[in-house]
Amino acid sequence: MNGNGPATVLAVTQVVVLLVLSPLLIGLMRTVRARLEGRVGGGLLQPWRDLRKLHAKEPLRADGTTWVSVAGPMVLMASSIVVCALTPLLGTVTFDRLPDDLFVVVSVLLLGTVALALVGLDAGTAFGGMGSSRHMTIAALVEPTVLLAVYALSIPVGSSVLSRIVDARLADPASVMSPVSLLSLLALTIAVVAETGRLPVDNPATHLELTMVHEAMVLESSGRDLAWLELGCWLRLAALLGLLTTLLAPWGVVSHVSVPGLLLAAVTLTAKLALAAGLLATVEVFLAKLRLFRVPELLAGSFVLAFLAVTASYLVMPG
Amino acid sequence: MTESTYAQLVGLCAAVLLLSAVLIVWRRSLPAQIRLLAVQGWALGVLVAVLGVHEGDVELSLVALLVLALKGVVLPRVLTRATVTEHGALREETPLVNTTASLILLALLTMLAYVVSRPVLALGSTSPLAAVPVGFAMTLFGFLVLSTRRHAVSQLIGFLLLDNGIGTVAFLTAGGVPLVVELGVSLDVLLVVLILQVLTSRIRAEFGDADLDDLTELRD
Repeated sequence: MNGNGPATVLAVTQVVVLLVLSPLLIGLMRTVRARLEGRVGGGLLQPWRDLRKLHAKEPLRADGTTWVSVAGPMVLMASSIVVCALTPLLGTVTFDRLPDDLFVVVSVLLLGTVALALVGLDAGTAFGGMGSSRHMTIAALVEPTVLLAVYALSIPVGSSVLSRIVDARLADPASVMSPVSLLSLLALTIAVVAETGRLPVDNPATHLELTMVHEAMVLESSGRDLAWLELGCWLRLAALLGLLTTLLAPWGVVSHVSVPGLLLAAVTLTAKLALAAGLLATVEVFLAKLRLFRVPELLAGSFVLAFLAVTASYLVMPG
Repeated sequence: MTESTYAQLVGLCAAVLLLSAVLIVWRRSLPAQIRLLAVQGWALGVLVAVLGVHEGDVELSLVALLVLALKGVVLPRVLTRATVTEHGALREETPLVNTTASLILLALLTMLAYVVSRPVLALGSTSPLAAVPVGFAMTLFGFLVLSTRRHAVSQLIGFLLLDNGIGTVAFLTAGGVPLVVELGVSLDVLLVVLILQVLTSRIRAEFGDADLDDLTELRD
């Protein structure tokens, strides 16, 4: 790598692209779901309009809340931005000192998760605490799966840096169809769905307090705080979906920074994300939320798949 | 078929075998388990066919056809017939070990399979040998299903999983078995499944349920 210049350009571009795309992505998912259910829906731009409205409002904080409620949304937003900057969505150029190592990315993700859970606990309401406790349970079961699944992908490459894994997949597209890759991508998909609070683990559109996970945590937030929390979560969803699609179809990702290359990469990323989001929303229409006590079953299953992916990486001996 | 495609195909078949075995333990509904067993039968048949084409062995290709027909089509049909007459009880309601724990056990059993197949793995580094632990793992999964499920049809599925595991190990290590031996083994399995199917329907006709845990007392 020649200096950190190209890496900085890439990171900034990724953050800007994802900041623009993630609300549109949510809008797309809601629209697809609405159309499939025979409703008109709010349109692609509705999440953007919601964000603008919330940003103009002053946050109301309950009596007895501490600085955690003020800092939490900021920490979540910051961690999401770091994740967006680090994951190799547009290009595989890395910083010298801060590679987009798997363990770095997962720990930054976890930082955001903890911030969100603390926001839920801070107001001291019953629902907030319930949501946080459920969220942490799910997070504790999801993290090992994410680590194991990407670890399985990293064994053939010999590096846990995500960019190197994507590089290797670009160089050898046939490796996408190998057993290791299929098993770990399956495990990763379940983990991403659980981590971002989509069906069947959490219903993002629910207003039934007893089943809420994500919504229960942000119940007490309002105004700007709520806007940051929502945007932070949407960014996480976009980054994780992007990572998944990049691992599944690495085409379009550039290995050195140039303006046309980045433009093309941004267009491909938009197409891939739109496709993935449309698919996810379509599948969600046919799914019901799992009972909370059945969720560990699903996550244990995804953990086993990730584990098998690790063992399967010893399965295919070279020629 | 080049060496690398061959290795990839063997690896892919092994992965499908392993994945379907895991999903059989994961799913509760009996029809889904039977469908997965059929998928596993197809994967085993394709694996044998790949081995046969690679070795240029006509007899092995015939064995592949036999495996496909028996494990991919006939046995799932027989099992479906065993479940079709039931009313409502199409799920394994109360396994002795709950699904989450069984899934974790699967991970441990896979590790065990890798440990016990170390001597086999030491024989060489060809891709069929590298896939042998999958066969051992399937055998162990079969034992798990046999020992933790209560429903008669579930136990039958466990038995077939076990049989598929043994078959996988045999094909991967010995490069196939003679047609006569495979024919004998297949007929045995078919006969066992048919007898057990009749037995299951008799149990259900007698007790209205196929829960084997109810069969603990002798009466006349």
